[in-house]
Amino acid sequence: METHFRNVDILVIGGGTAGPMAAIKAKQANPELRVLLLEKANVKRSGAISMGMDGLNNAVVPGHATPEQYVKEITIANDGIVNQKTVMAYAQNSFAMIEELNSWGVKFEKDATGDYAVRKVHHMGTYVLPMPEGHDIKKILYRRLRRERVEITNRLVATRLLTTETGQIAGAMAFDCRTADFHVIRAKAVILATGAAGRLGLPASGYLFGTYENPTNAGDGYSMAYHAGAELSGLECFQINPLIKDYNGPACAYVTGPMGGYTANNKGERFIECDYWSGQMMLEFYRELESGNGPVFLKLNHLAEETINTIEEILHSNERPSRGRFHEGRGTDYREQMVEMHISEIGLCSGHSASGVWVNEHAETTVKGLYAAGDLACVPHNYMLGAFVYGKIAGESAVHYCASTDFLAFDEQQIKAEQARVWAPLTRVQGLPPLQVEYKLRRLVNDYLQPPKVTRKMEIGLARFAEIRADLKHIAAKNPHELMRAMEVHAILDCAEMAAQASLFRKESRWGLYHYRVDYPEINNEDWFVHVQLKKTNGQIHCFTKPVDDYLIELSEQEKSAYQKIRINSAPSIPDSTILV
Amino acid sequence: MSNPNNFSSLPVTIDPEKCIANKGCNICVEVCPLDVLAIDPETGKAYMKFDECWYCLPCEKDCPTGAVHVAIPYLLR
Repeated sequence: METHFRNVDILVIGGGTAGPMAAIKAKQANPELRVLLLEKANVKRSGAISMGMDGLNNAVVPGHATPEQYVKEITIANDGIVNQKTVMAYAQNSFAMIEELNSWGVKFEKDATGDYAVRKVHHMGTYVLPMPEGHDIKKILYRRLRRERVEITNRLVATRLLTTETGQIAGAMAFDCRTADFHVIRAKAVILATGAAGRLGLPASGYLFGTYENPTNAGDGYSMAYHAGAELSGLECFQINPLIKDYNGPACAYVTGPMGGYTANNKGERFIECDYWSGQMMLEFYRELESGNGPVFLKLNHLAEETINTIEEILHSNERPSRGRFHEGRGTDYREQMVEMHISEIGLCSGHSASGVWVNEHAETTVKGLYAAGDLACVPHNYMLGAFVYGKIAGESAVHYCASTDFLAFDEQQIKAEQARVWAPLTRVQGLPPLQVEYKLRRLVNDYLQPPKVTRKMEIGLARFAEIRADLKHIAAKNPHELMRAMEVHAILDCAEMAAQASLFRKESRWGLYHYRVDYPEINNEDWFVHVQLKKTNGQIHCFTKPVDDYLIELSEQEKSAYQKIRINSAPSIPDSTILV
Repeated sequence: MSNPNNFSSLPVTIDPEKCIANKGCNICVEVCPLDVLAIDPETGKAYMKFDECWYCLPCEKDCPTGAVHVAIPYLLR
């Protein structure tokens, strides 16, 4: 096993959605810079959109929505806890990004006059732009990366960032998941775009890799940012998604909703007004699921044959193309049966909820020289288009920073310590298999962190996580591939502890099911209308509050409660107290 | 739970008659996000080395000869 050293101006970690865009935009801003895109899998087919995407969830298209409307919508959907500047920076760049992707050959649905065919799914505004032919988006990105001469390295697993004595970024370290070679990459700026922490909870199927998120996204970036001293935010605002039971794909109300499909209870009746994924929607989903009207279904069997054909064509060729064969195996036909749904395992993901590495409107983290974009960066409900926009912002901000920064000196001890940590599992002849430790850890996450959250359970969870931490030094890896799984357990454990600590810190309930604490069941704006930040201090997780910045766009009292009134019949099918016991 | 030492029902199967890995093709191995496919040095054909599948299908869709088939993992079926 060898150790390789290299220097680049900008290192982008993660080649899925935000990462390629960051690298392309950095090269376009200054073609003289050396920009390296480091990917754990292969850039051609990596990340959340490896098989493409069937639509934009948050397109701000003139004539359909304004940036101001969008900022309002997301502020309300996220129960007020947003830094509106970051959401506005997305919204103002949203349409320009659609136009640029369109010019690159990404196909969006258009009407007969050539205008974008935007559809309404959200509670208030109109933001959904279907991409029925969105399956080749990764190929289009890859061609752009080649054209801009971005350097690419595949199958490298980044594990820690290098920092200076004053806490600035100096580079990153990684290992090769096929050779276990160790890589030290010095860089003036680093952009983290490693996606969600998608392997936190265990899916109901019990299959470790049957996660909603691409399981390559194990939370590596959350862990790296934490250990580099960056602030993370909203980690108690979990990602929970309504999915097809046992299959990891969304039922896709965004695709089917505008065509007449909807989420129904066992009677085939609607119980929510709006299928847009918010914490409140998830709470109503959860209540119906656990009630006598449960479980919950996607209802399409009332639709016309042509409509169902179109739905099948979109849903079975994009994003989750194995969906068709899953339904086939179960004998489910949209024409005949409703599709049983369930809620996903928990995760951390700002693309869907609001749990991520804190960034400002320039994609800067609190660590100088470190930028973040995509699912990992805390810009609420940012989705794929937000990843592209923040990738662009991060790339351009990093170029600007590089103009006045040189390679910074750092303590070489960091390299020795990390090399020892990373290679250790390979030196153990006998020990715990990585997947067994992972299974136990993620089963504990389900048992103790899955909402409804209970204080005592989360405390027990932390004690059990501490036992797993003691087990880390016994994990053995027989080859570089198993080593990758072993080091992922380290990252998943960091994420589990951060999720528990942040959840214990916020002593109220907020964001519907995402942070439903049964021993603090009410929202408490007086004490908790704040961000909960988390940071490594003296080697420990430290949580603290951060005031919500003054809004750019004020909300009326009536608008504030729009997302609270999502249930169709005023009384839930089971009273709250039934869930509380 | 997957364990490479255990007998396991593997989701990805490769038709050795169609697979051209012995002629230098390694597309399925390269596109897998989880790096679970490999070329068997004895047969020269691709196979599933680790049962860690997202059933996302790039291996099947990108295979130039249609040799790869991805089934839904047994636990989910």
